[in-house]
Amino acid sequence: MIRFEIKHKKDFYAGLIFIMFGTIALLEVRTYLMGTAANMGPGYFPCVLGFLQILLGLILLVRSLLLGGESMNQIHLHLIPVLVVTIAVSAFVFMIESLGLVLATLSLVFISYIGYSKFKLREAVCLCIALVVFTVVVFVYFLKIPIAVWP
Amino acid sequence: MIESAFNNLIMGFGVSLQPINILYCVIGTLFGTLVGVLPGVGAIGTLAMLLPITFSLPPVAAMIMLAGLYFGAQYGGSTTSILVNIPGEATSVVTCLDGYQMARQGRAGPALAIAALGSFFAGCVATLIIALFGPPLSEVALNFGQAEYFSLMLLGLIGAVVLAHGSVIKSCAMVCLGLELGLVGTDVYTGTTRFNFGMLELYDGIGLLAPIIGLFAFSEVMINMEKKGTVDVYTKKVGKMLPTRADLKASWKAVLRGTALGSFLGILPGGGALLSSFVAYTLEKKIASDPSRFGKGAIEGVAGPESANNAGAQTSFIPMLSLGIPGNGCMAIMIGALMIHGIAPGPQVMTREPELFWGLITSMWTGNLMLLVFNLPLIGIWIRLLTIPYRLLFPAILVFCCIGTYSANYETFEVAMGLGFGILGYIFIKLECEPAPFILGFILGPMMEENLRRALLLSRGDASVFFTRPVSLGVLLAAAGLLLMIIIPAVRNKRGKAFEGE
Repeated sequence: MIRFEIKHKKDFYAGLIFIMFGTIALLEVRTYLMGTAANMGPGYFPCVLGFLQILLGLILLVRSLLLGGESMNQIHLHLIPVLVVTIAVSAFVFMIESLGLVLATLSLVFISYIGYSKFKLREAVCLCIALVVFTVVVFVYFLKIPIAVWP
Repeated sequence: MIESAFNNLIMGFGVSLQPINILYCVIGTLFGTLVGVLPGVGAIGTLAMLLPITFSLPPVAAMIMLAGLYFGAQYGGSTTSILVNIPGEATSVVTCLDGYQMARQGRAGPALAIAALGSFFAGCVATLIIALFGPPLSEVALNFGQAEYFSLMLLGLIGAVVLAHGSVIKSCAMVCLGLELGLVGTDVYTGTTRFNFGMLELYDGIGLLAPIIGLFAFSEVMINMEKKGTVDVYTKKVGKMLPTRADLKASWKAVLRGTALGSFLGILPGGGALLSSFVAYTLEKKIASDPSRFGKGAIEGVAGPESANNAGAQTSFIPMLSLGIPGNGCMAIMIGALMIHGIAPGPQVMTREPELFWGLITSMWTGNLMLLVFNLPLIGIWIRLLTIPYRLLFPAILVFCCIGTYSANYETFEVAMGLGFGILGYIFIKLECEPAPFILGFILGPMMEENLRRALLLSRGDASVFFTRPVSLGVLLAAAGLLLMIIIPAVRNKRGKAFEGE
C-alpha cells in the first residue's frame, strides 16, 4: 500500500473543503433545470461553479501531496475561543426575543468574559453594566430600534 | 470637463457641508479611528460592525458615515502601526517597518504627523481625480451591455485574486464559494428556490450582513482570542508633534510619488489601499540614495506608503461608484450598503442620484480634513484606548455585532448565520484562505449570473458575443493577462516578496 505523506496540511484540508462544497453544490443542482446556454436555467451557473470548485480543490489536494512546505505544516486550532464565542452568541440568539435586550446582552458579555479571562468580580460587573447601559442608550434611545428591553 | 467637474464639486459641497452631513462625517471618522485603533479590528471589521447603524439613516448620510468610518479606520490602523508595531489593518503593515522604529527613536510625533499630512494631501488629489475622471468613466459605462458587465466583473474578481496576497488557487476557490452562496435563494427568472435546503428563512437568499460580520468580525475575535501577550506602547515618547524642516524636505517627494502611485493602483480591480502601500514602500526603498536606512526609521518609509494607501483607498471608489464593481472587500461592503438602501450601484447612480455621488466624493475630502484636524490632537485618547485589554474589548465587539445583525431584519436566524460564517471564517483563516475574495464573489454572484444569462439570451446562445464586442474582449484579455502573469514564476516570487514586507 502506498503511503501518501501530506506535505502541506493547510492546502490539503482546504482542498477537501472546497471539494466538499463543490460536491454539495452539484448534488443540489441535480434537481434544477439546466436549460441551454442560450436560455440558462437555474442550475446552469451553479453547476459550472460546482465543477470549477471541485477542480480547484483537486488541484490543491494533489499539490499538497506533492509539494512541500516546511513551516506551513502546522495547523493550530484553538477550540476554546471558538466554543466561547459560539456559546455566548447562541445565548444571545435564544434570549433576545424572549427575554429582551438587557438579559441577552448581559449573558453575551458574561459568557464571553468568563470564557476568556480570569474572573475578577468587580471588573465583570462593571463591564456588564457598562455595555448593557451603552447598548440600551445607543440602540433603543438614539437609534430607536424596536427591541424589547425587558422580557 | 474641468468646468463640469468644478460645478459638480460645488454641488457636492452643497450637500456634504450641510451641518447634519458634517456631523455624520465627524461621527464616522471619529468612530472609525476609534475602532481602527483598537487592536484586532481592521477596516473591514469596523465597517462590518458599524454597517447596521447606518441602516436607519438616509442613503447620503449613510454613505458619508461609511466613508468616514473607512478612512478613520485606515488612519487608526496607521496609528497603531507607528506606536505599537501592530498593524491595525493590512494596509498599515508597511507603516510598521519604519514608523515603529521612528517611535522607538522618540520620533513618533513626526511620524504620525507626516502620515496624517501625507494622507491629507493624497486625499485632496484623489478627490480631484475622482471628480475629473469619474463622470467620463460613468458615461462610457452607460453604453455597456451585459457582456461588458460580465467581463468587467470577471476582471474584478480575477484582479482581486491576483493582486491580493494569498494563494491564487485558494482565492479562486473562495470566489467560487462566494458566488455559490450568493446564488442561494430564489432564482428571479424561474422562481426556483436554490440551495435553501428547505429552510424558509433562506428563500430570499443569505442576507448581506451575516457573511460580512461573520467572516470579518466574529472570526477575527476568535483568532485574536488566541493571542495573549502584552503590547509595547510608546505612550510617553510621542514627543513633539511637529515634524522638523528636514523631515518635511525628506518626505515631500515621497508623498508625491505615493499619491501618484496610489491614485493609479487604486482604480485597478483588486487594487486599492493595500497594494498601493506595498508598492510605494518598495519603490521608496529602491530609489532611495541610502536604502539601508529603511527598516530603521526612514521617514520616506512612512510618508510614501501612507499617502499611497490613502490615495488608493479613495480612488478605489471610482470603479465602485462609476461601474458598480467593487475592487476589494471594503468596496464590496459599500456596494452592499448601497443595495440595502435600495440604490442599484452602477453608472446610473451618477445621473439618478447626483447628490449622493458628489456629496459622497466631497465628503471624502471633508473627512480627510477632519482626520487631520481632529485626530492629531486626540492622539492622547487613542493611545489610552490602545491599552484597553482585549478581554474587555471583545465582549463589546460581540455585543455590537450581535445587536447590529439582529436589528437589520429582526431575525435571530441572521445572527445565528453570522455565527456560522464566523466559524467558517475561522477555519478558512487557519487554512490560509482569504475571506475577501469570498465576499466579492458573494456580492457579485447574482449580478454576474444575471448579466451572463441576459447576454447569452440576447445573443441566442452565441458565446462569442463576449469576444466580438470590443470592450468585453479587451477586458477579458486583461483578465487573462493577469492570470498568465501569476503563473510566471518570476512574477510569483516578486508578489510573494512584496507581501512579505521585504
